[in-house]
Amino acid sequence: MPPAISSTVDPLDESRLKVLKGAYSYGSISDKISDIVLTRPTHWGWIAGFAFCSALTVLFVAAIAYLFYKGVGIWGVDIPVAWAFAITNFVWWVGIGHAGTFISAFLLLLRQKWRTSINRFAEAMTIFAVAMAGLMPILHLGRPWFFYWLTPYPDIMNLWPQWRSPLVWDIFAIGTYIIVSILFWYMGLIPDLATLRDRAAGRASQIMYGLAALGWRGEARQWHRFDTAYLLMAGLATPLVISVHSVVSLDFAIGNTPGWHSTIFPPYFVAGALFSGFAMALTISIPLRAIFGLKDFITARHLDNIAKIMLVCGLLVAYSYGVEIFMAFYSADQFEEYMIMNRMIGPYAPIYWIVILFNVIIPQCLWFKRVRLSVPTLFALSIIVNVGMWLERFMIIVTSLHRDFLPSSWGMFYPTFWDWAILLGSVGAFGWLFLMFVRFLPAISISEMRKLAHDKKGGDL
Amino acid sequence: MSSDPLYGLIAEFGDEKALVHAAKRARADGYRRIDAYAPFSVDGLSDALGFRHDRIALTTLIGGIAGGAGGYFLQWYTAVIDYPINSGGRPLHSWPAFIPATFEMIVLGAALAAFLGMLILNGLPQLHHPIFNAPEFDLASRNRFFLCIECADPKFERHTTGEFLTNLQPLKVAEVRR
Repeated sequence: MPPAISSTVDPLDESRLKVLKGAYSYGSISDKISDIVLTRPTHWGWIAGFAFCSALTVLFVAAIAYLFYKGVGIWGVDIPVAWAFAITNFVWWVGIGHAGTFISAFLLLLRQKWRTSINRFAEAMTIFAVAMAGLMPILHLGRPWFFYWLTPYPDIMNLWPQWRSPLVWDIFAIGTYIIVSILFWYMGLIPDLATLRDRAAGRASQIMYGLAALGWRGEARQWHRFDTAYLLMAGLATPLVISVHSVVSLDFAIGNTPGWHSTIFPPYFVAGALFSGFAMALTISIPLRAIFGLKDFITARHLDNIAKIMLVCGLLVAYSYGVEIFMAFYSADQFEEYMIMNRMIGPYAPIYWIVILFNVIIPQCLWFKRVRLSVPTLFALSIIVNVGMWLERFMIIVTSLHRDFLPSSWGMFYPTFWDWAILLGSVGAFGWLFLMFVRFLPAISISEMRKLAHDKKGGDL
Repeated sequence: MSSDPLYGLIAEFGDEKALVHAAKRARADGYRRIDAYAPFSVDGLSDALGFRHDRIALTTLIGGIAGGAGGYFLQWYTAVIDYPINSGGRPLHSWPAFIPATFEMIVLGAALAAFLGMLILNGLPQLHHPIFNAPEFDLASRNRFFLCIECADPKFERHTTGEFLTNLQPLKVAEVRR
């Protein structure tokens, strides 16, 4: 065989590479991201967050166990307000998931290179948020062990789903959404799992990552097929994400309840979903970059861009609020008019005005560059928008139900301890899953970051 | 061929330009069983190997059509034939109401086809491949670029192929054993 020859070019001389902030080579990018998973000692911030989220997850499990034992009567729901926290949580969590798909799919189609360092954890956010969302209607079923009756399968009762019901569309939309999100996320992970396989020191992690990498070799033809499939999946996920929240909104809009029966609901819900989703992307990325030292990869530019998208979505949501009010009075329908007045000055009026303050007025400070570049302010704003969007869904659901057509059947909803336990517990379980994810899988796409380093070298960044 | 302990010869390069150049040279020289390995998707590399049609788009299209047609048929069959039920006087075949689930099934079928098509056409999952025996191949997923000419290539000849690879000025040339 020919002798091994050494080249005069030093392959590690990649100092000409500059990626976003700082100088990174293909090798140092790979090491920096994979070391978070493989070698770096666990940060105290991670341990503290994990302990906190574990405690809330225990609360979540306990609340679910008690719910299954006693039934939905442990919640504050009753007639007339039969939908409250669980459905609010459902819409809120699905909405949060949408920003992840928007970042990873829609921004890919638009060739927005800044998505590269945030798409992986945004997709993880999607999967865990949709997992929390998917639980909520099941918990609300009363007989949750029969949830599979919503799916079409040939059963001995000779029953089929009612295809004209948006609740059946919902299970198709959410089911497709979670499957496609997992496929898209896992596919993007395959080359990175191969990197972890090749860099892992322990036998157990070599086998684990090796099996998960499915034998990926990084051969040119494999990359070619991978790129095509990835792009097509992005093209499929983009209309999917719009359809999912549109179908969620039809759960309401198909009913003739005042305040629900409105054609603006699908775009209104999609805009609200992206608004809260981008807020959650900020809530997650700000501690993530601080704890794992990723400020070179998730830079001020990313936060600035997310903040701008939040501002746009917030304006769309504000417009929808305006149209709701206008249409109620333009319709001259006394129930629609009363619904709006009841929201503004009725028993739930404080919630309405907090929603306006949190979702319409406070986000306007995102017009100022100084606000968009201040990390603590952005973090505070993201929490405010998350809370505001949860309250918006609560407002839509509860104010419409509690006073509809017949004053003799009016009533009030008051949450119980178990309502709060399910909401806070789901937040904890979401955080728990996310923290596990950043500990065991690369939170930033390594192969796409190498490509970014390459593009930067070409000078088009 | 399987009794031959040699899989091929591999050359290691320090950057993507050298690899694309080497792949072009190898193809121009008449080699056909060439594999190029890179830690990220390098533009023009599969072109240099003469690979153009990956058939993923067609697979995805078929998956989408199958999903949509299957989804619509399921709804039509169950709502019209197997379980006709008068729901508020609406026609049994109330197609506008069947669109949302049909759309979701199109997306699901197409996405599954894209994902599984990518895996199957790429020969994955695969527990082992001889290329992993190549020295330093663990760097193929970090920062090194490899070109392998397989023994199965009709033009492969151990000595001349080795010289050919050495002339491409790689960091290293090595044998890949099965």
